[in-house]
Amino acid sequence: MNVAVDYADLVAIALFIYGLHELNSPATARRGNRLAMGGMAIALVGIIIQTGGAGWPSVAVGIAIGGLVGIYAAIKVRMTAMPQMVALYNGAGGGAAALISTVKYFTAAPVANLDAIVAVSLVLSAIIGAISFAGSIIAFLKLQEVMTGRPITYPGQQVVNSIVLLAILCLGAWFVATLGTLPEWAYPMLLLAALVLGVLFTLPIGGADMPVVISLLNSFTGVAVAITGFEINSTLLIICGALVGASGTILTVAMSRAMNRPLTNVLFGAFGSAGGTEPAAGSGGPQQIRATSADDVAVMLAYASKVIFVPGYGMAVAQAQHSVKALADQLEKRGVKVLYAIHPVAGRMPGHMNVLLAEANVPYNQLLDMEDVNSEFPTADVALVIGANDVTNPAARSVTSSPIYGMPILDVDKANNVVVLKRSMRSGFAGIENPLYELPNTSMLFGDAKASVDALTAAVKAL
Amino acid sequence: MLLLAVFVGFEVISKVPTTLHTPLMSATNAIHGIVLAGAIVIVAALAGVTHGPLLTTLSVAAVTLGAINVFGGFAVTERMLQMFRRKGDGK
Repeated sequence: MNVAVDYADLVAIALFIYGLHELNSPATARRGNRLAMGGMAIALVGIIIQTGGAGWPSVAVGIAIGGLVGIYAAIKVRMTAMPQMVALYNGAGGGAAALISTVKYFTAAPVANLDAIVAVSLVLSAIIGAISFAGSIIAFLKLQEVMTGRPITYPGQQVVNSIVLLAILCLGAWFVATLGTLPEWAYPMLLLAALVLGVLFTLPIGGADMPVVISLLNSFTGVAVAITGFEINSTLLIICGALVGASGTILTVAMSRAMNRPLTNVLFGAFGSAGGTEPAAGSGGPQQIRATSADDVAVMLAYASKVIFVPGYGMAVAQAQHSVKALADQLEKRGVKVLYAIHPVAGRMPGHMNVLLAEANVPYNQLLDMEDVNSEFPTADVALVIGANDVTNPAARSVTSSPIYGMPILDVDKANNVVVLKRSMRSGFAGIENPLYELPNTSMLFGDAKASVDALTAAVKAL
Repeated sequence: MLLLAVFVGFEVISKVPTTLHTPLMSATNAIHGIVLAGAIVIVAALAGVTHGPLLTTLSVAAVTLGAINVFGGFAVTERMLQMFRRKGDGK
């Protein structure tokens, strides 16, 4: 029987790896996800056979509730809310890892006396799982805008975090040194401290850094799951957890590299922690900006030869991707060359814009990465910024005091004309003023991104 | 074994284009839902010993969270990837 289960695990792991490999290309990505699903089904059936169905009522109740909630939420959620759903599901995984440790410990307590390797893994997966759980919840609340997306900072923040971390390390070391025979109150304290650290560590991170954090927490959960594998002696968990831990780390590093900031800077030098007050670099007074009308912009677009669309989170919020495609179709009909400039961290997750534009059937070859598109701006007649802000902020190039100084940006200001579609003059997610709006070649079209784009399409059609 | 998995993880991911980063993160997120298997193991282990209602609750919670991770993770990934269907593939 156990040999059969081992083989099932092997097949499942192979399917996971092959599935991830298939996710390399848009053409095979869906099959990749299906393969991974199949692998998961095989692995879960295998584990149920292995346990002989012991404790099945708990398993049945848990899977029924969790499955229904998970699938229902995934189907109901709007496309724009996808990033926070990933954060939430990731938190669930971390929470599960922490709970497994908790149940494992209290099953053995009060006369614990655990194996050294079990004690170490139990403590580590509880800590990392709890941090990932609490951090993911905060990331969810921030992205869902239940709480402010701005960095939350206070004096002595790093000191407080360090003290909590130190407490966790001391309690953890105590747990391992006594092989779990320490007083029973210590474990809940440890868990609580890890939850608190998860919250504290995510609070000061805001703005454009959120994707990096979700990716990081994703790899945290992977690591927690791998360690849980050591705790309960499961090769399946060790391998799958390590796979996710490694891939999550790669993704995280790739993202912070795209922002030209080392990961430590993202996590500890978070936006705003430098002062917590308004950036001093701004002009102080109200920005000198020029508002324009849809009709004026329509003329500008219709008689251009090259237009570059720069989508951002505003497009996602307004669900304007289909309207954007409709506008592009109208312009192409008139012989205008349309390109899309995709900043690696536009939106709330890497690839966020690609997903939305793919939904609207925008051809892949019109979506250009930052490196490729920046050379196109100087020859573009119009750069149409649709709800993007921080990724177009020229302050990142020149203002050394700016919190985003050094972040590679889209050179929209080099286009002959810049039109910015924006709801209001409110600053972006990172809370920084954007000098782009004051440039002489920039004009602003205020309003909801979808409404504005629809108005532009209608106006171009009418010409 | 662990190192092999880490290596494979690096190898598989480093090839994925930016376009697919979001679905990929979501897919790896679903795969660490394998923690559900761990929760099932711990429930089974608990069934063999006498325990209070608190531990039962915690173990059911572990299975529930694991199941949310697995089912929700795959469902969200599937939804994201549906966007990548081309016109010709039929709706």
